[in-house]
Amino acid sequence: MKLDLKRILKNYGIVFAFFLVCAVLAWLSPVFLKWTNILNIIRQSSIYGIMAVGMTFVILTGGIDLSVGSILAFAGAVAAGLLKASAPLPLVIVVAIGIGALLGLVNGLVITIGRITPFVTTLGMMSIARSLTLIYCNGYPISGFGEEFRYIGGGDLFGIPLPIVVFLLTVVLAWVILAQTRLGRYTYAIGGNEETVRLSGIRTKLYKMAVYVVSGITCGFTALILTSRLNSAEPVAGTGYELDVIAAVVIGGTSLSGGRGGVWGTLVGALLIAVINDGMILLGISPYSQQLVKGLIIIGAVLLDRLREEPG
Amino acid sequence: MAPVLRMSGISKSFPGVRALDRVDLDLEPSEVHALAGENGAGKSTLMKILSGVYRADEGEIWLRGRKVTASGPRAMIEAGVSVIYQELNLVPFLSVAENIFLGREPRRAGGLIDWRKMRAEVAALLEPFGLSLDPRAKVHTIGPAYQQVVEIAKALSLRSDILVMDEPTAALTGHEVDRLFELIRNLRKKGVSVIYISHRLQEIKQLADRVTVLRDGRRIVTAPVEAISIDEIIRNMVGRTLTEQYPKTPMPRRGEVLRAEGLTKRGVCQGVSLSVERGEILGLAGLVGAGRTEIVELIYGARRKDAGRIFVGGKEVKIRSTRDAVRQGIALIPEERKKQGLVLGLSVLDNIALTILDLHSWLGFIKRRVVGALVRKMSTEVGVKTPSLRQLVRNLSGGNQQKVVLSKWFVRNCDVYIFDEPTRGIDVGAKVEIYRLMQNLAAQGAGIIMVSSELIEVMNMSDRIAVVCNGRIVHEFQRGEAKDEEVMSWALGLKEQAS
Repeated sequence: MKLDLKRILKNYGIVFAFFLVCAVLAWLSPVFLKWTNILNIIRQSSIYGIMAVGMTFVILTGGIDLSVGSILAFAGAVAAGLLKASAPLPLVIVVAIGIGALLGLVNGLVITIGRITPFVTTLGMMSIARSLTLIYCNGYPISGFGEEFRYIGGGDLFGIPLPIVVFLLTVVLAWVILAQTRLGRYTYAIGGNEETVRLSGIRTKLYKMAVYVVSGITCGFTALILTSRLNSAEPVAGTGYELDVIAAVVIGGTSLSGGRGGVWGTLVGALLIAVINDGMILLGISPYSQQLVKGLIIIGAVLLDRLREEPG
Repeated sequence: MAPVLRMSGISKSFPGVRALDRVDLDLEPSEVHALAGENGAGKSTLMKILSGVYRADEGEIWLRGRKVTASGPRAMIEAGVSVIYQELNLVPFLSVAENIFLGREPRRAGGLIDWRKMRAEVAALLEPFGLSLDPRAKVHTIGPAYQQVVEIAKALSLRSDILVMDEPTAALTGHEVDRLFELIRNLRKKGVSVIYISHRLQEIKQLADRVTVLRDGRRIVTAPVEAISIDEIIRNMVGRTLTEQYPKTPMPRRGEVLRAEGLTKRGVCQGVSLSVERGEILGLAGLVGAGRTEIVELIYGARRKDAGRIFVGGKEVKIRSTRDAVRQGIALIPEERKKQGLVLGLSVLDNIALTILDLHSWLGFIKRRVVGALVRKMSTEVGVKTPSLRQLVRNLSGGNQQKVVLSKWFVRNCDVYIFDEPTRGIDVGAKVEIYRLMQNLAAQGAGIIMVSSELIEVMNMSDRIAVVCNGRIVHEFQRGEAKDEEVMSWALGLKEQAS
């Protein structure tokens, strides 16, 4: 328990920034603090927040996964196709997550065995998975599903929207894995110094591969939620998501060079992005300026991180 | 004639080490002055002071009769001193000409690079060498001998008349060496003075006018090469100092624990066989670059071997990865503590626990209490001084960092410990502690292999010494069987293998 307190303290800067932004928005807009708006913000954040949790693992090892948006689209499309063919819901869920895991595994294999940098590998996968989606859908959305499936993205659990429940559970699960399991500890260690870990007799390739599988699995989850919510699997779904996902992780204080950071920061990062998106809509700021604000916040967050890293 | 360079009373200390102690060195015009000494004798430090990389704690440098007051690498280059390091400082994918003029490219009006002028100047620089070297060739395509030439040409283009060459022949073949010597003799005729650092003593005899021998940061002797024999040079290099203690007592041997047969890796080592018993410390002596690190990395599975067999406790085992080695009870405490031994951004606890997480976990979940207790016990035993186990390793001193690396392996309780340069960059007090720990391991029945470039250390800590030269074990001595000079002669390759 001591450990995470310390980590939260370390991320104090970004938490402070988050509440500051919230306070300003609450002051400027009376709608902001309404319960429905708050739920809306968290629901928005959960879409890329779940993937950002997987991305946190990848970035902690010093890697990157650019293919998350495309993997999401492909998993969503296949799930939709199965639903249209009247497949049972459990099977659909397993297949969607399985596709995410499989494409993640391919990423991991190419990176570790093929020794191609994560950037290039996942850039390739981004293109390949997108193309697979278009081929599978023949370019058209697959829409209109039963009540049962639509519950995933639209339903409630004790009054809390299901995507939010999944998001929070993912964060907690990831936190436990990172703090308590070999996969988690090796993830940090590999990002800190891969050579040392290898010379300690640990199969670095296996664990590096694993983080891409984790990332793929979170894409599978997200695919189910998004497809259900939209009641449609779009062939262009998730386009550009990798940027928001990476931004959430980086804003959350996880170092792009690996070894430092954590999933609680990612939670705050994802929420902050959602709050800003929401706030700009509430304040009627032109969509043209929204990217500008987001860009400034990303750079500001990393700058904050740098200042924390190098005291004096 | 007045010397072009006079360094007098140069001292330099690093935390815990007096690297240079009132060293004098002078260089005559057109002289080739060789610098000899063991690894760690202070040659590199002295040259780094000359080149302005380090600042001397005391002492003066005089160039052409004028005292040097400016400091920093740039000032020294402007004063005509160029250093050619062993690892050449060239940009591989740029051309010969671009490398020579890096940062000083001749430019035309408008800021564009004047390629024609650059090539003409390079051609003029290279012309006296009588070489057919295309200024447009990319440096990575031209081979180590020509790369040396590029460095020399660069130095000349800076109008340097003092050239420091650090082991320039290390990467060269016999023919290339001859050519380099011819080149150096030509330079000398043109009035350039050369400080020549080399372990190859025959080369020193062949090429140099005078030689200075350093040992433990002191100048031992300076003499014309005709007046000093190779044996005398060696004796001056290895003379004993009694500043350190070696807590070594032979332990009962309890049978072979590790044996390697015919380890071979192309371009690295050839048919290396060695063995170590429980309770024994086997020293691997030799010069930096002789292939000792590579040999132990082959044993440990950190590099892939072309051929060779490994036996643990008499049984042949397959070691294809570091994990295989660790599972066979072999530990490697690597040469580069920070790059290979530690994760600097993690805590003491996380670093030490790294080797035992697989032993103490269930379905991937770590038994944190067990691991924590083991780590705490070991770090106390080894004597890691840290305010808390949560302290980041980055914030510890060198000696304490090394103790973290040791704890990390001791906690796993291995049968064989391979130490690669275990005391490099560590102050004297911490060194003795590390020797004690090694001694304890041997007493507990572990087999130990120690790679060290410090001859005194190898001579005093080992039960048996295997000398490595050019990727082979050239000779083995029992403890007390040989004198330092003899071991050094083998390491320098002055003696040939009997077989």
